[in-house]
Amino acid sequence: MVLEESRRSVVRDSLGVGLAVGAYGVAFGAASVAAGLSVLQTSLLSLLAFTGGTQFAVVGVVSGGGTLGTALGGGLLLGARNTLYAMRLAPLLRVRGLRRFVAAQGTIDESTAMAVARHDPAHARVAFWWTFTAIYVCWNATTLAGAVGARALGNPAKFGLDAVVPAAFLALLAPRLRISDQREKTADGRHRKLDRRAMSARAKSPPAATRPAPAARRGSQDAPLAGAAERHIRRMNQSIAAGAALIALALIPVTPPGVPVLAAAAAVLLAGRLR
Amino acid sequence: MNLWVLVLATAGGCYALKVAGYLVPARLLDAPQVRRLVELLPVALLAALVVVEAVASGRHLQWDAARLAGFGAAAVAVWRRAPFLAVVVIAAVVAAAARQI
Repeated sequence: MVLEESRRSVVRDSLGVGLAVGAYGVAFGAASVAAGLSVLQTSLLSLLAFTGGTQFAVVGVVSGGGTLGTALGGGLLLGARNTLYAMRLAPLLRVRGLRRFVAAQGTIDESTAMAVARHDPAHARVAFWWTFTAIYVCWNATTLAGAVGARALGNPAKFGLDAVVPAAFLALLAPRLRISDQREKTADGRHRKLDRRAMSARAKSPPAATRPAPAARRGSQDAPLAGAAERHIRRMNQSIAAGAALIALALIPVTPPGVPVLAAAAAVLLAGRLR
Repeated sequence: MNLWVLVLATAGGCYALKVAGYLVPARLLDAPQVRRLVELLPVALLAALVVVEAVASGRHLQWDAARLAGFGAAAVAVWRRAPFLAVVVIAAVVAAAARQI
């Protein structure tokens, strides 16, 4: 009875996140058509690539007039984090055979965050599949709506869509920089132990886009990594972000579109290795 | 640029990256270098993307007042921990309003 109840709440949370994140596909659809992609190409990106950050990065380079190499390079680098999510999720989901290839398509920021936030593996699986399904359906429906709508409405700058893209990236970045003061989650030892296992995925990808769901902000789902280790990570992330932003800014006037982003990532990673 | 090549390569590449995670041995994740790389890479990429999307227009720096007003309002919303969707809507509404002025 109690189990059923909490399973239902897992489903409800997952649907909430799915709807909130999925709605944002409108902005992608509009931005993509404005960049010069057709409605079909736009929809195929959402259906097949299905990873928002990469999709925005790719159409951003296209609209800036960048080359195929820089667009693809930036997009795939950003998509590489999904590989790590998949490695984290594989033992949790225990998928085999063909189901692995379905689960792979759903392995993104939000579904990973919702799954690893659950301490019960059964609930983690429910969270993953429901979040994946909800986002997949919404994201693709709204992508199509945004693409068709943008075509009908004309210049997207008139609707402020040019400000939406940097704002969205900032919203994705912020949770990785934020030093949280919440600590109660580690008060109980068992909790902390499980959290350490979840850390690999959660630390690397705080569930940025899951924050809109009110339910996701409750309880342990939004549990930040507490303590000195977390603060150290977030501080380092802040310097990394500042360095990357400055490098990109300096390179915009002197390199082709797409290069500033790739160069910033490369330089920062190099600096991280040397330290 | 051939957009079809880009769309299909992006789609194929992204899917391959996801599948790869289910096929490689999980202990790879235990390597500290790999962990660090995965932590830092999105931070660097996202920070650079914020700047490029906010002020670049092709190879030029373009300080568009309306776009920056929308972005600034969204930044305040992010700082105030507004939900993701609210951030996006605020950016669009403020930029569109500023453009009307």
